[in-house]
Amino acid sequence: MLQKLYDWVDERLDITPIWRDIADHEVPEHVNPAHHFSAFVYCFGGLTFFVTVIQVLSGMFLTMYYVPDIENAFASVEYLQSQVAHGQIVRGMHHWGASVVIVMIFLHTLRVFFQGAYKKPRELNWVVGVLLFFVMFGLGFTGYLLPWDNKAFFATQVGLEIAESVPVIGTDIKTLLAGDPEIVGAQTLTRFFAIHVFFLPAALFGLMAAHFIMIRRQGISGPL
Amino acid sequence: MSEKKNNQVSRRQFLNYTLTGVGGFMGAAMVSPMVGMAVDPLLQAEGSSDFQYVMDVSEITQQPQRKSFTVPQEDGWYESESEQTAWVYRTENDEILALSPVCTHLGCTVDWEGGDYDNEFFCPCHNGRYDRMGVNIADTPPTAPLPAYEYRVEEGKLYLGKA
Ligand code: HEM
Ligand code: FES
Repeated sequence: MLQKLYDWVDERLDITPIWRDIADHEVPEHVNPAHHFSAFVYCFGGLTFFVTVIQVLSGMFLTMYYVPDIENAFASVEYLQSQVAHGQIVRGMHHWGASVVIVMIFLHTLRVFFQGAYKKPRELNWVVGVLLFFVMFGLGFTGYLLPWDNKAFFATQVGLEIAESVPVIGTDIKTLLAGDPEIVGAQTLTRFFAIHVFFLPAALFGLMAAHFIMIRRQGISGPL
Repeated sequence: MSEKKNNQVSRRQFLNYTLTGVGGFMGAAMVSPMVGMAVDPLLQAEGSSDFQYVMDVSEITQQPQRKSFTVPQEDGWYESESEQTAWVYRTENDEILALSPVCTHLGCTVDWEGGDYDNEFFCPCHNGRYDRMGVNIADTPPTAPLPAYEYRVEEGKLYLGKA
């Protein structure tokens, strides 16, 4: 049945080469932990992607209950955490995943750095990777404010003051982020929400696409 | 054929240029209002600071007094009252001084003659100290004097503005 369906589509659209190109590649021996256990270091990039998928999916479901409004944000998080079926689990995935994804991207970066895998011809992919790192930090920073509890509020206060300490344009950066030169309030929460849920994920997807296309083009770097 | 002539724009070039131009124009027309929306907080005129009644001038003493007052705060569509505090007193030259209690080190709240220091402001967080005029004392963490509120006296009443 499934085979028939597949053949029907394939006959018209010739999809076999497309998925072959994406999925049908041999894993070189030097990156396969079954051959050399130490090759587990090659897993961190894939683990970063895996946790990112969890973040995106759990985040999408959180937005079914979350409201970015200073009167209701905390109550909405409390409600989804304590009343909604499995809300505690989904929030837990997003909450802990936010830290795990940073750990994974860091370990992946260390592997690339210490193996010298960033060297010619892969310089551009290192640059894209660093941008991905910044986007991840931005997601962590903006997401942290959303529960609108005391920890969230004061962490953001400190973060914005760090941004303000940039010479010359610091105050403008802070105002652009917070929506007000002095207040961390209603406009800050809506901005951070928009950045967290739309702007940075869009940047994340674009950068990840570039990252993976370049990996496909160049292949994984050779054994040391 | 005619396209062999120099300095003549070919049909293909002409189409390239016009399509790029029109496309660029359409893109800019689409994006510029959105960017405007995003940078709106930078364009907002800074709110003129209203002065709030705090106390009667006759009550001001040489001894700093801690005074709380509320300031209406407008955060976009959200209006609220924000509570502020000032240390209000007369200096040795009999001038009125109203100091913000927010420590210039990391923002804790300073106390008059806290921590056994006479005639000084004291911050308990990292032992920051300020003299009677609110000037930070060398070799303590604060890097600047306590900010003074703008003030106005009308009919014997003290009004405070921004710190
Ligand atoms: C790699 C990607 C992401 C990271 C690192 C991240 C990080 C965070 C963090 C640290 C929080 C605070 C959670 C807490 O304290 O419990 C948060 C909350 C939130 N995030 Fe994300 N996030 C990511 C992607 C997304 C995406 C793609 C969406 C939606 C499309 C999303 C929607 C939300 C929502 C609605 C909240 C508020 C609910 C809550 O606090 O539990 N996130 N995020
Ligand atoms: S915050 Fe006042 S001394 Fe550090």
